[in-house]
Amino acid sequence: MEEIYAKFVSQKISKTRWRPVPAGSLQTADTFATGSWDNEENRVSLWSIGDFGNLDSDGGFEGDHQLLCDIKHHGDVMDLQFFDQERIVAASSTGSVTLFLHHPNNQTLSVGQQWTAAHYHTSPGSLSCRSAPCTGVVCSNPEIVTVGEDGRINLFRADHKEAVRTIDNADSSTLHAVTFLRTPEILTVNSIGQLKIWDFRQQGNEPSQILSLTGDRVPLHCVDRHPNQQHVVATGGQDGMLSIWDVRQGTMPVSLLKAHEAEMWEVHFHPSNPDHLFTCSEDGSLWHWDASTDAPEKSSLFHEGRSSIFLFHSISNQANVHQSVISSWLSTDPAKDRIEITSLLPNRTLSVNSLDVLGPCLVCGTDAEAIYVTRQLFS
Amino acid sequence: MAERRGPCGIGGFGPAGSTGGARAGSSLATGAEPEARARSFGGPANSRWLRLGAMEELDGEPTVTLIPGVNSSKKQMCFDWGPGEMLVCETSFNKKEKSETVPGCPVIYIIRKDVDVYSQILRKLFNESHGIFVGLQRIEEELTGKSRKAQLVRVSKNYRSVIRACMEEMHQVAIAAKDPACSRQFSSQVSILSAMELIWNLCEILFIEVAPAGPLLLHLLDWVRLHVCEVDNLLADVLGSENPRKHESFWKLVTILVLQGRLDEARQMLSKEADSSPTSAGMCRILGDLMRTMPVLSPGTTQTLTELELKWQHWHEECERHLQDGTFASSPHLESLCKIMLGDEAALLEQKELLNNWYHFLVTRLLYSHPTVKPIDLHFYAQSSLDLFLGGESSPEPLDNILMAAFEFDIHQVIKECSIALSNWWFVAHLTDLLDHCKLLQSHNLYFGSNMREFLLLEYASGLFAHHSLWQLGVDYFDYCPELGRVSLELHIERIPLSTEQKALKVLRICEQRQMTEQVRSICKILAMKAVRNNRLGSALSWSIRAKDAAFATLVSDRFLRDYCERGCFSDLDLIDNLGPAMMLSDRLTFLGKYREFHRLYGEKRFVDAASLLLSLMTSQIAPRSFWMTLLTDALPLLEQKQVIFSAEQTYELMRCLEDLTSGRPVHGEPDAQRLQVGAQSLSTAIEAEKLSKEGGQLLVST
Repeated sequence: MEEIYAKFVSQKISKTRWRPVPAGSLQTADTFATGSWDNEENRVSLWSIGDFGNLDSDGGFEGDHQLLCDIKHHGDVMDLQFFDQERIVAASSTGSVTLFLHHPNNQTLSVGQQWTAAHYHTSPGSLSCRSAPCTGVVCSNPEIVTVGEDGRINLFRADHKEAVRTIDNADSSTLHAVTFLRTPEILTVNSIGQLKIWDFRQQGNEPSQILSLTGDRVPLHCVDRHPNQQHVVATGGQDGMLSIWDVRQGTMPVSLLKAHEAEMWEVHFHPSNPDHLFTCSEDGSLWHWDASTDAPEKSSLFHEGRSSIFLFHSISNQANVHQSVISSWLSTDPAKDRIEITSLLPNRTLSVNSLDVLGPCLVCGTDAEAIYVTRQLFS
Repeated sequence: MAERRGPCGIGGFGPAGSTGGARAGSSLATGAEPEARARSFGGPANSRWLRLGAMEELDGEPTVTLIPGVNSSKKQMCFDWGPGEMLVCETSFNKKEKSETVPGCPVIYIIRKDVDVYSQILRKLFNESHGIFVGLQRIEEELTGKSRKAQLVRVSKNYRSVIRACMEEMHQVAIAAKDPACSRQFSSQVSILSAMELIWNLCEILFIEVAPAGPLLLHLLDWVRLHVCEVDNLLADVLGSENPRKHESFWKLVTILVLQGRLDEARQMLSKEADSSPTSAGMCRILGDLMRTMPVLSPGTTQTLTELELKWQHWHEECERHLQDGTFASSPHLESLCKIMLGDEAALLEQKELLNNWYHFLVTRLLYSHPTVKPIDLHFYAQSSLDLFLGGESSPEPLDNILMAAFEFDIHQVIKECSIALSNWWFVAHLTDLLDHCKLLQSHNLYFGSNMREFLLLEYASGLFAHHSLWQLGVDYFDYCPELGRVSLELHIERIPLSTEQKALKVLRICEQRQMTEQVRSICKILAMKAVRNNRLGSALSWSIRAKDAAFATLVSDRFLRDYCERGCFSDLDLIDNLGPAMMLSDRLTFLGKYREFHRLYGEKRFVDAASLLLSLMTSQIAPRSFWMTLLTDALPLLEQKQVIFSAEQTYELMRCLEDLTSGRPVHGEPDAQRLQVGAQSLSTAIEAEKLSKEGGQLLVST
């Protein structure tokens, strides 16, 4: 990765997210949001990676990203999602969920809607409630789903003051992340290595399906769904392992891939090029996984000099997959069992807490208070 | 802390009671300080004094800081130490009238030591240099000789470029600041950073690069050019004007260029003068030729130092001759330039204003009189330059002393003076560490703690740990302190507030990577306790399993069993059903898991398996006595099933369990008594039934 810009921002970055580009437009990503954590005063900030019209003399893009605007955020920003072009949802360690509005005219952020105490603990023997950190949020206009350390799942609507649906005690342990499987189904991961599928059409407080890692109940920290093949799901765990699941069958992951040396904080399929996957970890690394079938050839021709590892351990046989199109992530054909992994950050630093990919752009944020941006992912 | 006043950061805190006065409580012993003044915590120097006061002579008189808002005339103050700060408050002891308690002291002051840690811009310095520091520690020990030196020089340059970037930004902020006081503060930070870079650069030349005679002067010239940089603005200004020669600063510029040894540029300026003024054209050409022919060491050639000296001597004599002959007599400007090029001290001192400072004077003087100065002779010229430049008018300032110490190659003095003069530990800690990697500090061991490098790193890292959010950086610094780093980390890491599980996981990871089992256990226990308080038994159990804390797992298991007894159903099945091998952590947890398994088997109507599991729970003594009654009650529906589930042997065992339980306690009219009777009846019926069935199967069981 030749063109990767680092900027130190005087706050530990917990989340980074690209602003979505309007559907069907040819625009590329140019704005991203960040959230900070563990500061005396945390902030949600919007950054611009500059005007694409301004090519400098070498044909490259001018320098690093600039702050557009920011706003105070009460508590650590635990998760951050763009609701739409102008709205950002932030999950707080104080248990509240806030919808921020971006006003592009005067470049400011304001609080649009706030659900305070969306997540809370009830103490035994007393009626008082203690706030519980909200750990994850996912949006699918107009719905917002949040999960928290209290094991609760909330379903909000942007225009409703109260939660539309709440599942108390959905999980006995901490829920770490949530994503939509296909509306109205969601997928959560928890701190005892389980992946649960919930269907909001069902009334009860029970998940419709539980999948789990066997044995050590290693906590799962992140989850992402394949953008095109909705049954393919990737999760990252405390031991840094990447697990690929096929939620249609079995209760165990299809494959476990040894990856990072510490907690994997986020995993993302590339939204338009899902043979590529990105992970980041507490160990300070950021990896690009390339499972496209032509990867080996490509590597010998163009990727010379880059460190790459080939590994793929399939732990369950899938003799009974009868599909014309099999995702490269579920493939068990030994000839194709190759994933090229490239480390994207030049030297290892403190934890890389978050990453996001959109088109050829990637952004990540670290505990070393730096934001890294690259605009040439596939160059 | 956003607000900062005076040399130390002071932030008022609300009423004394609300600040969790655990620390304030212990301060009573000190009563009042003799004077109601607090010693400044402004810089490392003072805390060094505080630490060493009893052992060592003072390096300087500690400055006194008045705390705004504290009535010093009352002479009643108390304080208590914290890891990176100090709490101070007024006391309200009144010896004469003890009964009268005046609610004095409404405020506790926090006095911070290393205030620079709280600067938003310096945070970038800390974060960026952290990466360089870690990289430096990983430099292969095997690297020796040239490649090692090259690497160390590169590291040093990286550090300096971070300082410069920081300085740049601070400068921008200072310009942009609307509030003049604020702007002043930023400007003073800029000058501190600039001084830091100046010192570092000189140390790099003298201690890391270890430039020999010849190249030494070239490095020193670069050093001066880098730090006296107004000339570039002036140059652009003059060249940009319509007629550079008529520019009021034309001669000033030429002089500065000559003073800095930038003779090519000076020559170009002179040619402009020559072009436009025919009268002085000849003189300008001669001086220009002198400038061109001045012998300089060009790196990469095989020229020896002696050759250079010879050539230089020859050139010097030629300059001398022109001056004697009065070649430039008609132009005072050119004559003074020629004198400068001859290294004439008086002529140089006339340009005091353009030289700015004594070290520029020193370097110019060396350039034109001792171009092949040896490192060992530097201090002699440095001292005389300082004396000449100040001329007894003013006394040297801290920066002068530091640079002088460097010219004397007294590394320890440099570090000591820097510790006294600078307001943060960052500089001395990193510089000392780098010099230590150059193997320059090995002999020096302190009689307290560890060696100097480690001492300074520990101070710096402790400062980071006192910060709300920079603590993560501190970890790596502790890691590279072989003697006391580990124990310091252990003490500090336990004090990190665990606000969310995610933060706790990060702290845990730090501890686990370093096999700090004690801390891992304590963190998990804190989290488990928190979860119990929040009624999150599942989480609590997970944490105690992670900590391998059998006692706590037992406690949580008991809570689960109690809840079951009260509600008749289990909560958190997703966890209990998936305990796996973790179940073996404690007997009670094993029982919980197995008992739940019994329920599952029963629910699946696998009665025989369920029955034998239930029995084994009692016979193996895993089930707590207090729970046997529940187990026996659970056996009832199995005994009452139509088909026989318990074998005769199992039934006898069941009876024995029942007897065990009843023999232990008197059977009164308590509710249990009834259950016991029902139990006994069912058991005998079961045995009868068993007999019948066995008889039916042609097998006689003798009783």
